[in-house]
Amino acid sequence: MNLKKLGLVLTAAAVGLPAVPVTAMAAGEVFIPLLVYRTGPYAPNGIPTANGIHDYIKLLNARDGGINGVKIVSEECETKYNTKLGVECYEKLKKKGAAGAAIINPYSTGITYQLIPKASVDKVPVHSMGYGRTAAGDGRVFKWAFTAPTSYWSQATAFIKYVGEQEGGLDKLKGKKITLIYHNSAYGKEPIPTLKVLSEKHGYNLNLLAVDHPGQEQKSTWLQVRRQKPDYIFMWGWGVMNQVAIKEAAAIKYPMDRFIGVWWSGSESDVRPAGEAAKGYKAATFHGVGSGYDVHQQILKTIYNGDVEAAKKNNWGEVLYNRGLVNMVYNTEAIRTAMGKYGNKPMTGEQVRWGMENLNLTQDKLTKLGFKDFMQAHRITCEDHEGGGPVIFQQWDGKQWKLVSKWYTPMYDIVRGLVEAEAAKYAKENNITPRDCSKEG
Amino acid sequence: MLYRETGQFKTTYAADQAIFPIFQDRVFLFAIIAFAYIVIPLIASEYWLQAVLIPLLIFAIAAVGLNILTGYAGQLSLGTGAFMAVGAYSAYKLATGFPELNIIVVFILSGVSAALIGIIFGLPSLRIKGFYLAVATLAAQFFLIWMFNRVPWWYNYNSSGTIIAPPREVAGVMLTGPTATAETRYLLVLTFCILGGLLAKNLVRGRVGRHWMAIRDMDIAAEIIGIRLLPNKLLAFAISSFYCGVAGALLLFSYLGSAETEAFDIFVSFEVLFMIIIGGLGSILGAYLGAAFIWLLPIFLTNAPQLVGLSMPVDFQKHLEVMIFGSLIVVFLIFEPAGLARLWQIGKEKLRRWPFPY
Repeated sequence: MNLKKLGLVLTAAAVGLPAVPVTAMAAGEVFIPLLVYRTGPYAPNGIPTANGIHDYIKLLNARDGGINGVKIVSEECETKYNTKLGVECYEKLKKKGAAGAAIINPYSTGITYQLIPKASVDKVPVHSMGYGRTAAGDGRVFKWAFTAPTSYWSQATAFIKYVGEQEGGLDKLKGKKITLIYHNSAYGKEPIPTLKVLSEKHGYNLNLLAVDHPGQEQKSTWLQVRRQKPDYIFMWGWGVMNQVAIKEAAAIKYPMDRFIGVWWSGSESDVRPAGEAAKGYKAATFHGVGSGYDVHQQILKTIYNGDVEAAKKNNWGEVLYNRGLVNMVYNTEAIRTAMGKYGNKPMTGEQVRWGMENLNLTQDKLTKLGFKDFMQAHRITCEDHEGGGPVIFQQWDGKQWKLVSKWYTPMYDIVRGLVEAEAAKYAKENNITPRDCSKEG
Repeated sequence: MLYRETGQFKTTYAADQAIFPIFQDRVFLFAIIAFAYIVIPLIASEYWLQAVLIPLLIFAIAAVGLNILTGYAGQLSLGTGAFMAVGAYSAYKLATGFPELNIIVVFILSGVSAALIGIIFGLPSLRIKGFYLAVATLAAQFFLIWMFNRVPWWYNYNSSGTIIAPPREVAGVMLTGPTATAETRYLLVLTFCILGGLLAKNLVRGRVGRHWMAIRDMDIAAEIIGIRLLPNKLLAFAISSFYCGVAGALLLFSYLGSAETEAFDIFVSFEVLFMIIIGGLGSILGAYLGAAFIWLLPIFLTNAPQLVGLSMPVDFQKHLEVMIFGSLIVVFLIFEPAGLARLWQIGKEKLRRWPFPY
């Protein structure tokens, strides 16, 4: 009987419990919500990214006292890379802080797709740096979304440019076999239209091989690769799919230097499980690798008191950690730009959106922030929320990633045409009238 | 004392056959409905409506659907996610293909198309039973999701394979799309949820429901007393899939806004199945209680440490949540295998004798 009573109480508790999230934040601080995934199948990628973001916020707060003297606060919310949890996190965090969420980084293409329509109503800018909806580069239709510095489609063109150069010119690509192995989701399907357009132009044969989520099972995929014997393999993978693919490629003795991953398939956790076999594997990126840059030394000194071991434990200098740093440079500099117009106080999402749109990261600014050579100067405008930033290639030497190419500018004229066409389609389906950028202040 | 039916005499057959014959039950139900319609939209924040209540009601619709099939007709199904996907994708195709069509009609039609698919995948149920049928419905889950992912027609040939709920209004009120307010979305979903529950409650206490229960309890005996198995089983599949289809369409249009097949994967099927097991198989109320338990408890556990002023790393909190949630399910099933609906019933019995239990 007592157990039943306990059951009754528990039922009442479960059904009737009001769970109101508390907000305990001092006024006068800029609030940056962080959607992270430190658990679940994609945690090995989520943890370094989140740590990089945190360390840069800590560095700014410690070194400069925030942005123009306004401190930055952040709050994490765990999404497990799941779109439903991502939406819940977004709803929970969007109104927090002194002036609401300044900017949001979904860190998942799926969640980005969810948030783009919502964010325009809630007036929170969404920055999907190098992921998300590529068409959002058209700022006239996607007023609240940013893909800077570069997108999947730009990257696909950079891939073709790169392999063209390896072959001795783009005209040599004629008749070559290129295979794309992709995660069968919105994310993985992104580059397909661009690669198709380019295959018509340059005459290579494109083969598409989809790998279903989460990607542990790829035997049949690699059987087909063996049969097709492609000259190059591109991979649009994420999480466990990457390491499995690299292991499989090694198992069929595919030449690793002809196997190139997207920038989300080129982190330490992707290649380490394959060990020696991964040696020679390449991946794209849009920032430097390693911990040899000024900002890394500053973080080491300010946050870790020079303790390299402690810093490395927090993924200091890893690929995705570095990407977290780069991401925060865009966000915080956009906030700084907005402050130039609206004054030094906590910025609202609306103000940060203006800051993002008028962001001009010059080489001087980057040097001053400690990002010399780490990332390229970049500019975002009202029409162009992407900017077609350059892409560089890195290679795994068995112990660490090394940059092995020059910077490649994407074939931005082609990408831009596709972006505008796709954005126009989206505008039509959703009754959006593209705004006139010449009238924006 | 308060809850006692003594003295409530039925003078007509209609009164005797009412869904809720006890006066207090009716009052309680109307109070809840009034609360849901009037008070909640006034007091609830956008987070509560958009991230907690709307998905809760949508999953409740799906759970009612699955409970009809599994709890009443006894056909174990693991295809709920797929049937929801059918609803979502047909709603998307209908809404983008016929922009003038009233969105409410779109929801109903997408339920109908899910029902048709449900009938097709229900056909094996005449020959296969129990766990074997579960495996057959698993085929629906994998095949349909595969199809929605691979056939570009379903997502209007866009590059990403994502379907986006277009904005639609009815009588000048924006019901779907990003500009629809959380309150209107909530009220729309609530209306579907209440009407669906009412319909289901009436179905299961009528002739059809009795057929289903007879089949569930012993199909050979049911056949001997003259119940035709095939039409009744297929009807259960059709109606169950109809509910799941409407829930899927609402999930896309009122909750997510845009979705890919990942939103309807096998884990959704499991989640809805857990809802009806925890809530109580063969009980409409149980479907609602189970949905509330499975959907609200993790959210509560996520926010609980903050409520009491504890701050802990999010990953630790998430692991803790999974552990507590899992053990609570085990505890529940040990103490009350018949689910929350049974607990509710026990509570009502106790209330009748209160304050003088014997």
